[in-house]
Amino acid sequence: MKRIQVLGMGCAKCGKLYAAAECAAKELGIEYEMQKIADMSKIADMGVMMTPALAINGAVKFAGRIPSTEELKKIISGTK
Amino acid sequence: MFKPVQLLADWLTYAVFGLGQNTLAGGAVNFFVFDTIKIFILLAGIIFAVSVIRTFLPPSKIREIILKKSRFSGHLWAAGLGIITPFCTCSAIPLFLGFVQTGIPLGVTFSFLVASPMINEVALVMLFGMFGVKIALLYAVSGYIIAVISGLIIGKLDLEHLLEGFDLSKRIQNVAFGTDMPWAERFSFAREYTLDILKTVWPYVLIGIGIGAWIHGYVPENFLARWAGADKWYAVPLATLVGIPLYSNAAGVIPLVSALTEKGVALGTTLAFMMAVTGLSLPEFLILRRVMKIKLLFIFFGIVGAGIMFTGFLFNYVMK
Repeated sequence: MKRIQVLGMGCAKCGKLYAAAECAAKELGIEYEMQKIADMSKIADMGVMMTPALAINGAVKFAGRIPSTEELKKIISGTK
Repeated sequence: MFKPVQLLADWLTYAVFGLGQNTLAGGAVNFFVFDTIKIFILLAGIIFAVSVIRTFLPPSKIREIILKKSRFSGHLWAAGLGIITPFCTCSAIPLFLGFVQTGIPLGVTFSFLVASPMINEVALVMLFGMFGVKIALLYAVSGYIIAVISGLIIGKLDLEHLLEGFDLSKRIQNVAFGTDMPWAERFSFAREYTLDILKTVWPYVLIGIGIGAWIHGYVPENFLARWAGADKWYAVPLATLVGIPLYSNAAGVIPLVSALTEKGVALGTTLAFMMAVTGLSLPEFLILRRVMKIKLLFIFFGIVGAGIMFTGFLFNYVMK
């Protein structure tokens, strides 16, 4: 079970990343759980200074961009 | 450097569209075609180059550099590194907390927060393309000085008690990630980012250059000098105020302003206007309200606004 966390305070790009990440997880056919992290203190705690950012099980993978679905699949499956 | 572009613009205007060389329409269309192509080439090239540099300097890396500096050189570095960091209103809060909660002084953080939106690559490219290298540098240097001085003043005022909405005493770790990546990835990131910016700004650029070309061709020379010349004291404050709500439209505003300058608006007034467009933004003001009391926001806006107006008056005075 993978916890896919999208960090962002509710900007348009955060919504896009959320949808793209969910889409990538579906295509991978894995068990996952989506989570939105919009609390500013929590985001800062995780070391993220640019949103949107993506974390898997609490570990931040990237910040400040929206990768392609292909790249997201690699990141989520852990091959990258 | 842009000779082939001029030849292409001439060919399109006079041969393809069949407009006369010395007609008003011919002049305006030629101006539009040439400037549009030139600006898009410049935008694509510069944004791509800056984006590649950025992959080496994510905010966590920048924070690490600033943390190592003494207080004064911290301001110089923060403003300088702010220039190459892209500014997005929605990232303002995490960035602010990420700086303040790792121990970067409030004033130094403000130097960064002022420079980052004010001196951005889109504004610089537009200024370079529409006004030339001298004005673009003038803008960048004035913006840098305003960022450093605003930060120094805010630092001196000891305003930490005006922060709210988060635990200031709490310290967070300086976690760094994302600096090591292969070149292919840096390039693909830069390409992604460049396309993203171009997709956002292209309508503004076209409309801005379009109206600019119309003014260039149809409005008489020095038409605006009567109302906005260097001797009009109210021009600079008025330009600053009008610039505030135009945030994020630097791409469309600059070609317009370039045409207006040609028709008699003084240079200092123009600079103040453009700095207000990029440096003072209402959305940023509203979002920063979540971490600071309104009083601090007004102090911040007041100091930066005063710096912008001072720059405007100074250039109007010097150039007169």
